[in-house]
Parts: sequence; C-alpha cells; structure tokens
Amino acid sequence: MTKADIIENVYENVGISKKESAKIVETVFEIIKEKLETGENVKISGFGNFTLRDKDPRRGRNPQTGDEIEISARRVLTFRPSQVLKRMLNN
Amino acid sequence: MTKSELIKLVSEKLTNITKKDMKVIVDIIFDSMIDALKSGERIEIRGFGSFKIKDRDARCGRNPKTGDLVSIPNTKTLYFKAGKELKERVDY
Repeated sequence: MTKADIIENVYENVGISKKESAKIVETVFEIIKEKLETGENVKISGFGNFTLRDKDPRRGRNPQTGDEIEISARRVLTFRPSQVLKRMLNN
Repeated sequence: MTKSELIKLVSEKLTNITKKDMKVIVDIIFDSMIDALKSGERIEIRGFGSFKIKDRDARCGRNPKTGDLVSIPNTKTLYFKAGKELKERVDY
C-alpha cells in the first residue's frame, strides 16, 4: 500500500474530490512529521505510538574494515503498535 | 499529539472541511492502513516510513513469577522503519 492507495480509499468513502483527498492525506502526514520534528511524541489511538528516543554516543565498528568509530548521540524514531492493532493482526 | 489534536490541526489548515468530517476522514486513513496490514500487505509512505508485518516463531518462555515453562504461539508483529526524510528531520 502506498500513499496513492490511501488517497483512493478516502476518495471512495467520502464525497470529496481526489485532489481534495490527496491534500488531506498529505497534510495528515506532514503534521505528524512536524510534531515529531519538534520532539513531540505522536499517539494515534487504535493504531500506535510514535516515540522519539535520545541515544547516547557509543563506540562502534565499521563492519567492513573493523575500524573503531564513534557513533554520535542522536534522536531516533520508534513505533509501537497499539494493543488493539496487535490483537487484530493475530486473529 | 493525540489523534484528536491531529484532527484539530488538520481542520485548522484545511478550513473547507468541518472538523466532524475531518474526523471521519482521518479515521478512514488509519483504518485503511490497518486493513492493509491485516491482509499482510506492506505499507510505504514516501518521506515518512514503511510498516511491515513479520512472523515470529512459536517459542518457549517462562512465567516470570512462577518460573513455569509456557509455550508462546507464533505471532505477527508490526515493524516500522522511518524513511530517510523523517529520520533526518527528527535527529538533531
């Protein structure tokens, strides 16, 4: 499934144009991205939580050369599906 | 941000649609994603990320309280991988 399929779904189920559907779908994902960018977690009930995690710097190795390198501190995004969604996927 | 806050922000940006209708539309977006995942389909949203179902084999676990062996059936789990753009945007 791609964004185009989601847009199609909205268009088929709601009485709005395809252009309008596309605009809404784009806006939904853009707002989620904007919030995550500012460091805010996003919780979608019935779907899951997008959580930001701050990782400390750590030592790693280049797997190809074996050289030791420093992996810098960073913020990463994780997703945890909701209990409801987990249950739905398993029956 | 919660889903209701998301709906509020989207309707403030696209004012030609009522908040009530926007709620219906946002629900359709996530429901259609859930339907795709239920049928085992992978989802890829450009610039955002991808969702993929993985099978986990049945395994033996232990009840942490009693120490009894329990069998854990095979389960489907959902993985999300942030896309390049989003990964870069959330990092500082």
